[in-house]
Amino acid sequence: MSTWLITVGLLAAAAAAYLLSLFKARATVKGEVSKLHSRLGYYGSYAAIWTILPALLITFIWTAAEPQVIRSLVEKDLPQSVQSQPDALKSLALGRIASVAEGLPKLSEDEFKVVEKARLGFAPMTDAQNILQEKGVVLGSTPEPYVISAGYDQVIYKQNSRWMITGIAALLAVLGFAYSYFSIRPRLKARNTVENVVLGTLIAASTVAILTTVGIVFSVLFETIHFFSEVPPAEFFFGTVWDPRFTSVGRELSGAEGQFGLIPLLWGTLFISFVALLVAVPIGLFAAIYMSEYAGPKLRGFAKPVLEILAGIPTIVYGLFALVTFGPFLRDTGDLIGLDIAASSVLTAGIVMGIMIIPFVSSLSDDIISSVPQALREGSYGLGATKSETIKKVVLPAALPGIVGAVMLAASRAIGETMIVVLAAGIAANLTLNPFEPVTTITVKIVSQLTGDLEFNSPQTLVAFALGLTLFAITLVLNIYALYIVRKYREQYD
Amino acid sequence: MDQQVATPASSAIIRSAVDDPKVTSKDVCVFYGEKQALFDVNLDVPRNAVTALIGPSGCGKSTYLRCINRMNDTIPIARVTGEIKIDGQDIYDPDLDVVELRARVGMVFQKPNPFPKSIFDNIAYGPRIHGLVRDKTDLDELVSESLERAGLWNEVKDRLHEPGTGLSGGQQQRLCIARAIATKPDVILMDEPCSALDPIATAKVEELMLELRQNYTIMIVTHSMAQAQRVADKTAFFHIGYMVEYGDTKQIFEDPQDKRTQDYIFGRFG
Ligand SMILES: Nc1ncnc2c1ncn2[C@@H]1O[C@H](COP(=O)(O)OP(=O)(O)O)[C@@H](O)[C@H]1O
Ligand SMILES: [Mg+2]
Repeated sequence: MSTWLITVGLLAAAAAAYLLSLFKARATVKGEVSKLHSRLGYYGSYAAIWTILPALLITFIWTAAEPQVIRSLVEKDLPQSVQSQPDALKSLALGRIASVAEGLPKLSEDEFKVVEKARLGFAPMTDAQNILQEKGVVLGSTPEPYVISAGYDQVIYKQNSRWMITGIAALLAVLGFAYSYFSIRPRLKARNTVENVVLGTLIAASTVAILTTVGIVFSVLFETIHFFSEVPPAEFFFGTVWDPRFTSVGRELSGAEGQFGLIPLLWGTLFISFVALLVAVPIGLFAAIYMSEYAGPKLRGFAKPVLEILAGIPTIVYGLFALVTFGPFLRDTGDLIGLDIAASSVLTAGIVMGIMIIPFVSSLSDDIISSVPQALREGSYGLGATKSETIKKVVLPAALPGIVGAVMLAASRAIGETMIVVLAAGIAANLTLNPFEPVTTITVKIVSQLTGDLEFNSPQTLVAFALGLTLFAITLVLNIYALYIVRKYREQYD
Repeated sequence: MDQQVATPASSAIIRSAVDDPKVTSKDVCVFYGEKQALFDVNLDVPRNAVTALIGPSGCGKSTYLRCINRMNDTIPIARVTGEIKIDGQDIYDPDLDVVELRARVGMVFQKPNPFPKSIFDNIAYGPRIHGLVRDKTDLDELVSESLERAGLWNEVKDRLHEPGTGLSGGQQQRLCIARAIATKPDVILMDEPCSALDPIATAKVEELMLELRQNYTIMIVTHSMAQAQRVADKTAFFHIGYMVEYGDTKQIFEDPQDKRTQDYIFGRFG
């Protein structure tokens, strides 16, 4: 049976176990449910958990391990000539076996019998080949007999494995049910068990989330170490030239080495983010001041969500806007006033990115300004300060640490932003101070190093991991520091 | 008792006339939106004395106090009618600058609310806004004088540039009083200034009030009847939006006339 079917079966069993235990629990106290340690439902859940949980766990674990186990069994039976082949050829052979194994279950019963006989040596292998070819299973030009035998074996292993796991799951379900059913007594602490299971599930979920993150970081870290074994870290971190030289066939022969200098990319990233903040901080901050201090509740209730919608626009849309509309507009305007602005430039990407992060600045700053206690404002009014004096001299200074945190969160968004810069910043790794020229960023280069059909073992692709890790480190530090500031700020007024 | 609640304004019991009052209120009503919170309050507050406003929670003491420096202007739905004069000048006169008024009428709040700035900058805040000082020496002098008057100078003179929020609650409250004094007001409004303080800090603030009353007109809202008796020359009793009884503190506490005042003072409600 498939895992899915087993799951459904177990669910049905659990439901039955729930009801049976409910009746039993009620019967043990002769209907006086207040004599039970836990509420009645917990006894049902208790039995249901015992019925389903161990069986389901085993089923999932086995389902995950099954392909590996079968594969190694099949591989072990292959002829010596195949086993001694290099890995690449061997995996090709296993691929063909797998396609046979996929084809076999589609045969009719009679046809399958023929293959079975061939496998067991009672019929010539060619019969089996013909049948398979008729069904459209690709066997290659000179199909070796072992491919069909191995494919047949694989099918049988799979069948046996399924029978086995179905049996084990059923057995565990029955045992679990029996154990829980017979342990039902009025003093049984069913609720505690059920709550522990719930707790365990929650812990497991958060562990998965954390482990995944750790796993991602480590996999990037290992690839980065791999990269640094080929390119010295100093060349990467302090190099001022970015010229990775894709090893196309011709170049490989010429033996040219790539240069992987991070500095131009980092510069481009920071330059564009700086322009973005130059746009977003004043606009976002003024919007936040207006909304928290001046706007009436009606306007605020309307304007705040609208501004936050800006944050929900997919960044590729901003990228398109920059590429198709804003970049050419800047270039043409530049022409009019005699400035040479490239359509893809620091300015284009920076301004559009700035628009994108306005809501991050404004929304968070708005919250922070609103959380400045009213008592401080009244204290200032009470001394004869006007509203604008109060905002300038009391509210904003009080909110400043929080606002700095908000700006840093926005900055880390800008630094990690990809789609806008891919479309609007350019790809040339310029180390320039001129905002009208194109530059490129870390994210753009990660994308361009990985697009295409590439092997993941040359420095040209591995560098993407080093870049990714660098980016991760920068934004992580920024985020942690920003959150630290914001939290400290919040504590100040609690 | 319910019939008594609807007492018309004229029946407020005024026990002793005040000649040459500092603050006079005539038929003051306050509305929050549709809801009326204060009904026809008539009250003459003597100069250079402490006047206490007492009464159960929600009876409108704060609301009345906030009329006197027009703090209710900052609440969009609040509306004030009637007439309030300070030294004979109508403070709701459209020609009057509310900023000037608030410089002349200082306010101290229930919870100490020092600005998150240095002790020095907290005091200097008002004078700087109103341009009360010409140069740094003047400012230094004004700051130290204000702190001295608030009885805080000796405790903070070595740490003027540390944040005001780092002081203890009682010190913070005296800092707020010093901050109010620095703008050279002649009326100081205090809304339950000791309710967030411990007894020792409370005693200090009370001592301070008794000292300040020589030069300032002080109005204080308090929930502590003992405090009112210790510091106040006059006491006004408020009840559900009405000023019920007003007179010398001794009279009000020893011989209240109105049934509602008696009930409150002798602890029968509130
Ligand atoms: N900002 C406001 N908006 C609406 N109603 C208010 C506001 N402030 C006070 N009130 C109402 O006015 C009445 C008097 O309140 P307040 O003056 O604060 O009482 P007290 O200071 O005597 O406890 C209360 O019923 C209160 O609910
Ligand atoms: Mg009050």
